[in-house]
Amino acid sequence: MQPLLEVRGLTKSFGGVAALSDGRFTLQPGSVHALCGGNGAGKSTFLTIVMGIQQRDSGTIRVKGRDVTFARPSDALDAGISIIEQELSPVPAMSVAENIYLGREPVGLLGRVDFRRMNRDAQALLDQLHFNISARRLMMDLTVAELQLVEIAKALSYNAEIIIMDEPTSALGEAEADQLFAAVARLKEQGKGIIYVSHRLSEIFGIADTYTVFRDGRFIDSGAVADVTRDRLIEMIVGRPLTEEFAKTNTPTDETVFTLRGLNTAGWVRDVSLDLRRGEIVALYGLMGSGRSEIFERLFGLGSDEGGEITLFGERVHLSTPKEAIDRGLAFVTEDRKGSGLNLMASVRDNICMARLDELSPLGVMRRRREVSAAAQMIEAFGIRTPNDRIDVSGLSGGNQQKVVLGKWFLTQPKILLLDEPTRGVDVGAKREIYRVMSEFAQGGGAVIMVSSETDEVLGMADRVVVMRDGRVSGEVARKDMSAAALLHLAA
Amino acid sequence: MNTKAASSQGYKALAADFGQKYGILMALVLVCVILSFLSEFFLTQRNITNVLRQASVNGILAIGMTFVILTRGIDLSVGSVAALAGVVAASLATTSTTAGVDGAPHAVAIALGAGILAGIAAGWVNGVLVAYFNVPAFVTTLGMLSAARGLTLLYSGGRPVPSLTPEFRFIGTGDILGIPMPIILFGLVFLLAYLVLSATRFGRHVYAAGGNPHAARVSGINVKRVRMLVYIISGGLAGLAGMVLAARTGSALPQAGVAFELDAIAAVVIGGTSLSGGVGRVSGTLLGALLISVVNNGLDLMGVQSFYQQIVKGMLIVGAVMLDQARHKHA
Repeated sequence: MQPLLEVRGLTKSFGGVAALSDGRFTLQPGSVHALCGGNGAGKSTFLTIVMGIQQRDSGTIRVKGRDVTFARPSDALDAGISIIEQELSPVPAMSVAENIYLGREPVGLLGRVDFRRMNRDAQALLDQLHFNISARRLMMDLTVAELQLVEIAKALSYNAEIIIMDEPTSALGEAEADQLFAAVARLKEQGKGIIYVSHRLSEIFGIADTYTVFRDGRFIDSGAVADVTRDRLIEMIVGRPLTEEFAKTNTPTDETVFTLRGLNTAGWVRDVSLDLRRGEIVALYGLMGSGRSEIFERLFGLGSDEGGEITLFGERVHLSTPKEAIDRGLAFVTEDRKGSGLNLMASVRDNICMARLDELSPLGVMRRRREVSAAAQMIEAFGIRTPNDRIDVSGLSGGNQQKVVLGKWFLTQPKILLLDEPTRGVDVGAKREIYRVMSEFAQGGGAVIMVSSETDEVLGMADRVVVMRDGRVSGEVARKDMSAAALLHLAA
Repeated sequence: MNTKAASSQGYKALAADFGQKYGILMALVLVCVILSFLSEFFLTQRNITNVLRQASVNGILAIGMTFVILTRGIDLSVGSVAALAGVVAASLATTSTTAGVDGAPHAVAIALGAGILAGIAAGWVNGVLVAYFNVPAFVTTLGMLSAARGLTLLYSGGRPVPSLTPEFRFIGTGDILGIPMPIILFGLVFLLAYLVLSATRFGRHVYAAGGNPHAARVSGINVKRVRMLVYIISGGLAGLAGMVLAARTGSALPQAGVAFELDAIAAVVIGGTSLSGGVGRVSGTLLGALLISVVNNGLDLMGVQSFYQQIVKGMLIVGAVMLDQARHKHA
């Protein structure tokens, strides 16, 4: 069969440094092809060239057997290549239809936008994909999952044959992700080719037909997903044989360090009770919007007190500001690393010190030497790969950025860690290190509450799972009874 | 990766870093060198003192503005607040009985204290509205720009407050060891601001609150309080600048300081502080204020009509930001 896309020997350097030295890729129609690789493997460079955002240094790109050169993104679009980006960029105050046809609105008499036709076309498109979304709704009223689906509809409205999905599930819960996978399956039936980029291996094994692995800017291997094991794939991505994926070394004790009784939040979380023991990792599991993150925000003084008792180490506490929570020994790794985890304008050192400024500045004056040694200590402890601590944190890879966030919190010497999607958007190698850190923290006398949408992660790391549904606790599962089916049964 | 390419990359990064840090300094030196060739008068001690003195009022305002802009804010009210502080302080330091206010000469410390307090009060109102009532800074301070001017006119009856006591005039016209007071005050304010921003906890809070307010809040920083304080700092410094201005001219004019906020913002922006917050240095602001003053002075010396000077200043502001954008693109 004629491949939809065939790329050979693609190279690209930036200022003499090769970002991609041998990009190879073949996409067949009616298939989902996973593009795998760690941070810095060259995936993004490869994709930006295929999308016409950057120019290749050498190599060939063929679309349906025809050599092509894309000088700009619109050339790629014209050739039938469309992308659903990781970071969506909707116009919030416009309707779904307006967003889909942005910049190419159907016009009627005297250049007036023909809204009726636009809404009709958009609705037809959405219906054909079985997306249950009205074309007249405003983008700002949609959930993240719905935004993704609109983005897919938009890609298809260009009559795209090749659709690139870059981490499409990174902001989705499991149910929404299933909706997305159903859409992907439908695209496949229609003979489209999908390039699927994701760090989540379970997704790759769930929906992809073929895979290609890049590492250090080079093509490593490709083949059918059915012919490769999970371990083998990880090995190719990371470049070395691996030990246990979930490095779990902690054992819970009987000592209760933290209890919640009847907690409500400003959102719709009602009557949540929970116990946490020293040395324990408890997962809060549930679909997006089940209220998991709201609990963390309330515990960290970011949400208002709507009733409920919090007891820390036997003492009733109120936790009405983040500072109070930090002083009580809590640390909160938020779900949105760029939005609320890091100051991207600042250096690695400043970010590591951000939650510990009081101790680093007796009488209000910063002690530079203490800052330097604090940063050095955390860079060492977490294996943060950075040339020095003065460079902007925005220059680090996702995994290393996440380790900076962890470093920031470990510097406060927390007793209880709240982790909200701690491994989102980080590569397999960094994930393992984060699991190791979590485990060692618990083993060393800490306690962890983790929110995660990744079932594998929950099954791998948690000693106990508290499942949330519609803002309430719907059940609790002990480690020995855990299974994906059991969790999903309680969550949905 | 080959080493040659890597080191050329290194040089480029170094050059970009150098440009980032010293670009404005190089521009200032370049302009000074050119002017010293164009006018023999430029490099005389008298003229240099003159340039520095002219830079000092704007410089003091611009340093306050730097704090505000670092937190993603803006303070459009500094010119009006300076005028308000000027008449309030002057009314306590005048020997005139014909002024629009029932003024009387008091100890100079009382007059100065009242001026600063007037500035701080205006800044506090700005800060509370921005930080706790979530009114956009642009709107809040635009309101204060109008309200403070109105208060100034009301308080002074629309007339200047003349005949200031010599003690009060000292902060505008006096000197210590031959250095004029406005320059000394500007220097002190700069030094203090530099220390606060680079070496104190509050300084870190300012950068963090501007760089990413959400992350700062989660990290236990009281972002609202920081935002309120920067407007208080800006207001207080506007008060100081207003009094220096009144002392220099010998009487406090209710219409003083009109459009001063523009020069202050210009100095901050030319100095490389990002309007989107979190990035910038007060040393850049110092150089920005000096550059504006030098360019104005140079155009004066060359006999360029003042109308053209405004055009040049406009180009300078936009040019500085364009350069900055280009640098960021390469980085």
